[in-house]
Amino acid sequence: MTEFRMPSLGADMEAGTLVEWQIKPGQRVKRGDVVAVVETQKGAVEVEIWDDGVVDQLLVEPGTKVPVGEVLARLRTEGETPTTAAAVTPAAVAPSGAPKLAIPPESAPAARAPRFKVSPMARRRAEALGVDLSLVTPSGPEGVISTADVDRAAQTRPVAEIKSAAADKLAAMRQAIAAAMAKSKREIPHYYLGATIDVSRATAWLEQQNLKRPVTQRVLFAAVLLKAVALALKEVPELNGFWVDGAFKPALAVHLGVGIGLRGGGLVAPAIHNADTKSALEMMQALSDLVTRARSGALRSSELSDATVTVTNLGEQGVETVYGVIYPPQVALVGFGKVTERPWAENGGLYVRRVIHATLCADHRASVGHRGALFLSTLERSLREPEKL
Amino acid sequence: MIRDEIRTTLLDALASVAPEADLDTLKPERLLRDQLDIDSFDFLNVILRVHEKLGVDIPEADYAKLATLVGAVDYLEIRLKQGGGTSKASG
Repeated sequence: MTEFRMPSLGADMEAGTLVEWQIKPGQRVKRGDVVAVVETQKGAVEVEIWDDGVVDQLLVEPGTKVPVGEVLARLRTEGETPTTAAAVTPAAVAPSGAPKLAIPPESAPAARAPRFKVSPMARRRAEALGVDLSLVTPSGPEGVISTADVDRAAQTRPVAEIKSAAADKLAAMRQAIAAAMAKSKREIPHYYLGATIDVSRATAWLEQQNLKRPVTQRVLFAAVLLKAVALALKEVPELNGFWVDGAFKPALAVHLGVGIGLRGGGLVAPAIHNADTKSALEMMQALSDLVTRARSGALRSSELSDATVTVTNLGEQGVETVYGVIYPPQVALVGFGKVTERPWAENGGLYVRRVIHATLCADHRASVGHRGALFLSTLERSLREPEKL
Repeated sequence: MIRDEIRTTLLDALASVAPEADLDTLKPERLLRDQLDIDSFDFLNVILRVHEKLGVDIPEADYAKLATLVGAVDYLEIRLKQGGGTSKASG
């Protein structure tokens, strides 16, 4: 019998509210399957399971706020005898003799508890629009709330109400960001390095590539930058990993956390897994998928918990240089500004080139400036040879 | 008639990336990006939706022409008349 617990989706998370089970007792699951939706300060997250097995018991009822680490469900292996099925009631939350740890639902998340049927798409839509599902009238034959029902509810409701729901969510996210960033500034001795990189060849190469591609397969320069970062990190592994219990633990894979701004001022940094193994097009597809899901509130637990380094690109707003704050327990953050045209002197000649300012902000406990400098020069080299990316 | 259809398609696409925005107050001559706080991903999604609905192929070099609502309607009307919309029919 294995236990499925409330995961920690970032250093700042203490508890989450179970919104929905996507599994039933008796159902077979495998590693990586999405089994539940949990509401966190970062929005609704699809939680994956890390073991293969058969669902034995669901121990927590939707609508319950549960601390990180608390058992949510039990899995048995193929041959094991099922536990006598007890109805899932809040009383069943406490397994034999163990103290009952589940926190009673707070008023706000409880309103979102599914006492009604709703499609996953509609739930996300409601999440994005800040619609209270308990106020939505289903139009379908089986009383299932659809996306159209949510849209209708969103339209008929007063603007003030929309704004206040969005403000509550934003305030919760603000708290989470505040906790993580305060910890970072308190504990991490940051050092900063910056370099102006000529990206004329890389951008021209990408434009050529995009000319040949249908609109559905065009790649943004942001994806090329991510690939270059992932490759440079392979050269300087002390920037890729975690500072835990007073020591640096390098990560084996490169999972690039990507800072994604949410409408209304929120911020998440979910991971693109194994970024170093992806082509520019695959990176674009992964990035596009991640941005879409981040903005519709459908990120997966692994994406929120296992980024090994973070990249933030603030060039869109015209910023030239990013001075980052590391997201603990990571040890580095790479920032990019805007691509701009600048006069550029090289080999005695003066040219107009497209350049970008890249910054590395790193944890001095895990690396030294010399190695950080090597990272930036590797990044520069790979952006000069875009066809190798 | 066709301009209305293009406008509706554009507004639908914009509503999908900026669900909280009040599109009735959009100033047609001002930059969409400034009015709606959309980034290059949102913009690419708008282009994709327009491409899906109207079948118009929009080269990357022309993206700047879609920066305002009126500019986008003008551009798409011309593209549709040129037969830029045939790309969908031919696959």
